[in-house]
Amino acid sequence: MTDASINTHTLQPEASFGDYVALLKPRVMSLVVFTALVGLLAAPVGVHPMIGFASILFIAVGAGASGALNMWWDADIDAVMKRTAKRPVPAGKVEPGEALAIGVALSGFAVVMLALASNLVAAGLLAFTILFYAVVYTMWLKRWTPQNIVIGGAAGAFPPMIGWAVATGGIGLESVLMFLLIFMWTPPHFWALALFMNADYEKAGVPMLTVTHGRRVTRNHVLAYTVLLAPLAVGTAFTSIGGPVYLLTSVVLNALFLLGAWRIWRRDEEAAQADKYKVEKSFFGLSLLYLFLHFGAILMEAALRPYGLGGWG
Amino acid sequence: MSFRATHELHRRRAGRNIGLALVLLAFIAIVFGLTVVKVTSGDPMQAFDHVPRPEMATDGTPAQGD
Repeated sequence: MTDASINTHTLQPEASFGDYVALLKPRVMSLVVFTALVGLLAAPVGVHPMIGFASILFIAVGAGASGALNMWWDADIDAVMKRTAKRPVPAGKVEPGEALAIGVALSGFAVVMLALASNLVAAGLLAFTILFYAVVYTMWLKRWTPQNIVIGGAAGAFPPMIGWAVATGGIGLESVLMFLLIFMWTPPHFWALALFMNADYEKAGVPMLTVTHGRRVTRNHVLAYTVLLAPLAVGTAFTSIGGPVYLLTSVVLNALFLLGAWRIWRRDEEAAQADKYKVEKSFFGLSLLYLFLHFGAILMEAALRPYGLGGWG
Repeated sequence: MSFRATHELHRRRAGRNIGLALVLLAFIAIVFGLTVVKVTSGDPMQAFDHVPRPEMATDGTPAQGD
């Protein structure tokens, strides 16, 4: 009688704990944790470490919840793309309904807990971020417009603003600048990836700029956004979160980033295919370093401040 | 025939149960830690959500332990 419970022939493969963790997109969560932490530590007001830790955790849970909602909605296109075919829902490990339930439940949980741990502004921003990513980006923009990642990038740009709001209870010029840094960085970062990966998106019918407008237009866009990003990133050095360390980091990184974008813009598809997208790939690698080091420099300025060394003194 | 969990499926279920147990224990620890910090920080606050409310201080100085 009890043996029936171990007869797996008729059962769906059951998910392991790790499959549920994968549903929350842990790699995206780690980026959210880092940028939210920088936002929190760069704020002029300190918070108790326990409150800071709990708030960052709930922001990460909220980000994970929106990841689960994204996987629920996008299971059909994830299944046809090589990069995403092994995600828990398209792989058949987690039922789509389960992913939806986990996403909705964790979203509510994260927002309520963040409100209790910190304040309503931070919780409101987190709720808006989850809605923006799950509804505006995933359900609406992603399959509709090639500008999907430009506007969708806003969802990834909110975490430092939420971290800042945890500490200050509001929004400031500096937190908006940190938002804009990620927001303007997203298009060149993603379009460089799309230049050497677009076969997948084409197969899934996602309107990537490379598919809808061609590679020449994409190359122009990469350069345009990089040119707009540079003064914004360097200008942040002269606000209360910046300082000499940030300025030096930013000037070097933006010079390299502009050079990379110009090299992408200068060449055509034949040249790119000849060296297997070497320039595009190195620009993509640099873009990861670019964001990490900018936020690392903001963190460094905040860490030096207690010793009278951070900022412009 | 034994009733012990010998099947791979049982191992996966056990892993899930232990994982969930650890998550719940961590949540209890966090709520406890948050409560201790909020209650002992001595900000003027109301008990229902333990959120500081500066407007509750009448003379501009923070009220202790209200």
